Amino acid sequence: MEHIRAHVLICAGTGCVSSGSKKVEAAFQTELVKKGLDKEVKIIETGCHGFCEMGPLVIIYPEGTFYVRVQEADVADLVETHLYKGRIVERLLYKEPISHESIPSYNEISFYKKQMRYVLANCGHINPEEINEYITEGGYEALGKAITQMKPDQVVEEVKKSGLRGRGGGGFPTGMKWGFTAGAAGTKKYVVCNADEGDPGAFMDRSVLEGDPHRIIEGMAICGYAIGADEGYVYVRAEYPLAIKRLRVAIQQAEELGLLGENILGSGFNFKLKIKEGAGAFVCGEETALLASIEGKRGMPRPRPPFPAISGLWGKPTNINNVETFANVPQIITKGADWYASIGTERSKGTKVFALTGRINNTGLAEVPMGITMREIIYDIGGGIQGGKKFKAVQIGGPSGGCLPENKLDLSVDYDSLIQAGAMMGSGGLVVMDETTCMVDVAKFFLNFTQAESCGKCTPCREGTKRMLEILTRITEGEGREGDIELLESMAKNIKTTALCGLGQTAPNPVLSTLHYFRDEYEAHIKEKRCPAGACNNLLQYAIIDSCKGCGLCKKVCPAEAISGEKKEKHEIDLIKCIKCGACFGKCPFKSIVKS
Amino acid sequence: MKTIEDLKRLREELKTKNNLRHEGGTQIIVGMGTCGIAAGARQVMTAVLEEVAKRKLEDVKVCQTGCIGMCEKEVLLDVVRPGEPRITYGRVTPADVPKIIAEHVVNGRIIAELAVGKITE
Repeated sequence: MEHIRAHVLICAGTGCVSSGSKKVEAAFQTELVKKGLDKEVKIIETGCHGFCEMGPLVIIYPEGTFYVRVQEADVADLVETHLYKGRIVERLLYKEPISHESIPSYNEISFYKKQMRYVLANCGHINPEEINEYITEGGYEALGKAITQMKPDQVVEEVKKSGLRGRGGGGFPTGMKWGFTAGAAGTKKYVVCNADEGDPGAFMDRSVLEGDPHRIIEGMAICGYAIGADEGYVYVRAEYPLAIKRLRVAIQQAEELGLLGENILGSGFNFKLKIKEGAGAFVCGEETALLASIEGKRGMPRPRPPFPAISGLWGKPTNINNVETFANVPQIITKGADWYASIGTERSKGTKVFALTGRINNTGLAEVPMGITMREIIYDIGGGIQGGKKFKAVQIGGPSGGCLPENKLDLSVDYDSLIQAGAMMGSGGLVVMDETTCMVDVAKFFLNFTQAESCGKCTPCREGTKRMLEILTRITEGEGREGDIELLESMAKNIKTTALCGLGQTAPNPVLSTLHYFRDEYEAHIKEKRCPAGACNNLLQYAIIDSCKGCGLCKKVCPAEAISGEKKEKHEIDLIKCIKCGACFGKCPFKSIVKS
Repeated sequence: MKTIEDLKRLREELKTKNNLRHEGGTQIIVGMGTCGIAAGARQVMTAVLEEVAKRKLEDVKVCQTGCIGMCEKEVLLDVVRPGEPRITYGRVTPADVPKIIAEHVVNGRIIAELAVGKITE
């Protein structure tokens, strides 16, 4: 027998794999053998740490040294210097963007310092394909406790008391939902996990599935026990191959250990779990469309009521929750509802995982307590705006959410405050935008998305979003008309009140929130034919100013031959030939080309 | 697994497996500076790992450190038990290792004749 003295944790989340972590892992294998350390150092593949910006990530324990952007070529040095001689390899440590200080330990990095990692506790910490690692960290204790020491209604009561609300978007109280399904008539019931994460820029569910799949299985099994279901489905999009693979491995391991299947831990409770791969239609994130898709029908929503709690999958009572919601359940059972309810605000309990993307320094996943301010998330955890630019807005809640301007940065991040401000929690995607982003263009982008994803069943969504998109396109092309804003507003209100499902009812939100906070930008486009952010190509003009030295670089790079002028004399742009590609703007060494 | 007791037993068996990734436990620190390596630190390290494995001391962390300046007394080996001062042993040979582990690491008795320093934190 050998003693393992060091663990090398290599991130194998989708982000780090694409930046080369598999090659790094292979290099570790060879180097360790070469140095004769392969018997005392163990390599562990983990799920996502959330700090995808800095990948591939490697953490070496027992010191807990956090190495970032590790490449194949660095591995020999890490093995020789760190693992053989016990010295830290300074050059691979994370450097704080502002102080430029090297920080060796994981918990000291400002990206992690303000986080409260409960749902993500195991992500990046354990091997997701090894059930024993999950059990070592206390996994399946909650399921064991629930099915052997608690009655189903006690479990429902505990979840109610915790104040947990749905993490998929709407924020409906989870315990109440469980109670409805538990109380519904019928003996056959289902548990469904909605892992059809489709918001642009959102990847928290994928990371939990990849990094800690057993937590979802455990949460779903507890739910099954509470509501009286013996069968569950995870509806996960086919675009998440790694998540599906890890989940499949996890289900198999849980079955082998008897944690899924018949008579679990001798309690008499049976529960089996299946995976249904979705084909990637955004509307299938809507619960009734999702159920139709599991049944093998076309993924289209139907009017509610009846709600799935009464008549869901194959007409049976069904409880649907999102990935992150289920991931919250085990800790509520082990640590108790009171502990859970002590985190967060009065009406929004616990933590929320956000996916930080856009023009932000630290792209990645951050789990924070409810009630934190947007400013803390963006500046303290996210490290501020890229390139020192000015913050303009943050888009929260995906295509159903809204944009919040700078004066809302100190808003408490919880379900109710966000709704009040015209946005919503959504699944937790945060897209940060700087001064160069045009808000009309942003609204157009999201409407383009919902329009393309509209299933076409109801007219308000199918026709309404199309017409709204046409108006927005016209505005960004400089053909906006007097009255367009009012027309957009009235259509938005009509679609919101008449569309069949959540997709249509929330589709106008990005337009309404940008109109609310950035109306002047719309007006500039329509009345002055001007894009204040300089983003809408059709409203742009490039011009050469007097500081031009006549170097001729712009002339050379222009693909449309729109620039003329003699050497050492001021050049000119022919606005008719100009295609507004911006090549000259980027090339001019004297900053003599301006956008107007 | 058939019962909740089986789950508890498995958890108990596995309990120490991830210790390396959590704080706490006794540390054995081997000086791996150039001086230490020249004096045979790697052999001492191997002896430590063998002894720890033999005794199944799964909550013990074996770490390394660089030169601390007492090159004359290499190989240096420190033992830190939780809540106790850090004791440095000097001129440690692989043959001394089983004794240090049996006496100090397991039973908490400092071996005075081998010790060259004590740091109270």
